[in-house]
Amino acid sequence: MTTQTETPVKDRRAAKPVESDRSKAEARLGQKLVAPAIILMLVVTAFPMLRALYLSLFNYSLTAPDDREFIWFGNYAVALTDPLLWKTTGITVLYMVVTVAFELVIGFAFAMVMHRVIFARGIIRTSILVPYGIITVVSGFAWQFAFSYQNGFVNSWIPGLAADFNWFGETTPAVIAIMVSEIWKTTPFMSLLLLAGLAQVSEDMIEAAKVDGATWTQRLTRVILPNMRAAIMVAVLFRALDAYRIFDNIFVMTAGAQNTESISFLTYRQTIEQFQIGIGSALSVLLFLSVLVIAFLIVKIFRVDLADARQEK
Amino acid sequence: MKQKIGMVVGVALILAWCLLPVAWIISLSFKSQTAITNGSPGFFPADGAGAGWQNYQDVWDNEQFRRAIFNSIGISLIATALSVIIATLAAYAIARLEFRGKKLVLTMALVIAMFPVVSLVGPLFDMWRAIGLYDTWPGLIIPYMSFTLPLAIWTLSAFFREIPWEMEQAAQVDGATSWQAFRRVIVPLAAPGVFTAAILTFFFAWNDFVFGISLTSTEAARPIPASLSFFVGADPFNRPASLLAAGAVISTIPIIVIILIFQRKIVAGLTSGAVKG
Repeated sequence: MTTQTETPVKDRRAAKPVESDRSKAEARLGQKLVAPAIILMLVVTAFPMLRALYLSLFNYSLTAPDDREFIWFGNYAVALTDPLLWKTTGITVLYMVVTVAFELVIGFAFAMVMHRVIFARGIIRTSILVPYGIITVVSGFAWQFAFSYQNGFVNSWIPGLAADFNWFGETTPAVIAIMVSEIWKTTPFMSLLLLAGLAQVSEDMIEAAKVDGATWTQRLTRVILPNMRAAIMVAVLFRALDAYRIFDNIFVMTAGAQNTESISFLTYRQTIEQFQIGIGSALSVLLFLSVLVIAFLIVKIFRVDLADARQEK
Repeated sequence: MKQKIGMVVGVALILAWCLLPVAWIISLSFKSQTAITNGSPGFFPADGAGAGWQNYQDVWDNEQFRRAIFNSIGISLIATALSVIIATLAAYAIARLEFRGKKLVLTMALVIAMFPVVSLVGPLFDMWRAIGLYDTWPGLIIPYMSFTLPLAIWTLSAFFREIPWEMEQAAQVDGATSWQAFRRVIVPLAAPGVFTAAILTFFFAWNDFVFGISLTSTEAARPIPASLSFFVGADPFNRPASLLAAGAVISTIPIIVIILIFQRKIVAGLTSGAVKG
């Protein structure tokens, strides 16, 4: 039995206004005002994406631009049958699942503390924004050097670990190091989103549960979490899609060595570093499609209603 | 009492989480370069391995780094200003006017916010080279604008919905001209929202890395994150760590200053646009 957060019944669309001159003028003004934003968003996304779709049908490399050749879906066949693509997709999904899970748990704990705390609120808010605001590349460097056995401190802080343990010498530790940087940087953002959701859970309800004899765990799982569902799901959706695009930390910390490469990194390497525009475009299209699939799955599985969450009905 | 101790521990953990890595990078920036080359593990510089301000001096003397700071500030500010103006127009229309296609704008913004940036880099790289935008300021400003518009439009439209617009008419009834009503009543009410959107947009542009490395090739337009990552590239496993740390600290200063001044607004903006569950 879950109690949903109240959704305002505000259906302006139901009562269709009579098409007066005034409302027509309003519609025209509205469309004029959003036009620049739409055009700009389309120029940089839809147009290049269509172009990628077109170029992905060619065998086209910038190192030999004259040998451009139409090969239908050849690039897709090459990409999809290459185990490398599946390996990088697997590792990308791993980054996504692990980082979002940690961020959710730690972020929720932080949100609980921030929600309840009555002192030092300004200091906490300021500090929590520091990882959010810091450049991802800087975070990557900070953690790479922290994990480095030559100049870092992590090895000496973990009991039982050899002082010369090389975190970037093998896949597992390297992946952990990358995840740590990613989790450190984005947990604050998650905790702020969850804090906003927490603020909307009615105190009366929690109090009532307490009076009825609910334990702390019961209050958490039966009252607080169900009432925050919308906030949690939106936070998870945004962070998951963001984590799936992981690129900066990998570029800085390992440059894709030791099998730490993500799907974004693979795409980048093909297009920008190796000038393989044809196959790179095919990878771009596949990356875009996989993001759509993940978004669709999250929305379907967790029944996220984004319009609801935004009160935009 | 028990609860209070728990709170203190919780707060201490949050502060440690947020600030320890920052303290580390500052500490690292004071290790001397010879100590780094020879290897100097540990959180703080060892005795005699400190460098004073030498690393900062060296970074600042580096022409490429100064140029990157200049590029980043210029590009981020221009992108922020333009993006916020366009987003304000759109958000006003979404919050205040009834028109067809409203839903389309919001959906499009949502899709773009989730777009895998890397998948655009290839085609944009190709297009920008064809039309001469490659390795120029506008070549970065345009993508930054497109990718910050969704966030700005959300934040602003959520904010504009809360504004009591009747006050505009009230002022006019009291004898103010429409311009006065707009300037004296609406602008002060809307300014904090616009400002918040501007800060978030600036953070995005300042943080961007993918466009920064793909759409530039020289110091003509290369922003800080890209410049830091190319700062001596030969051996990615033995970089001049302390120099890089000094550069990283310098590049973080503007962000820290903005956070210190505007923390309340940033938190409000981050949460108002994204979640109202």
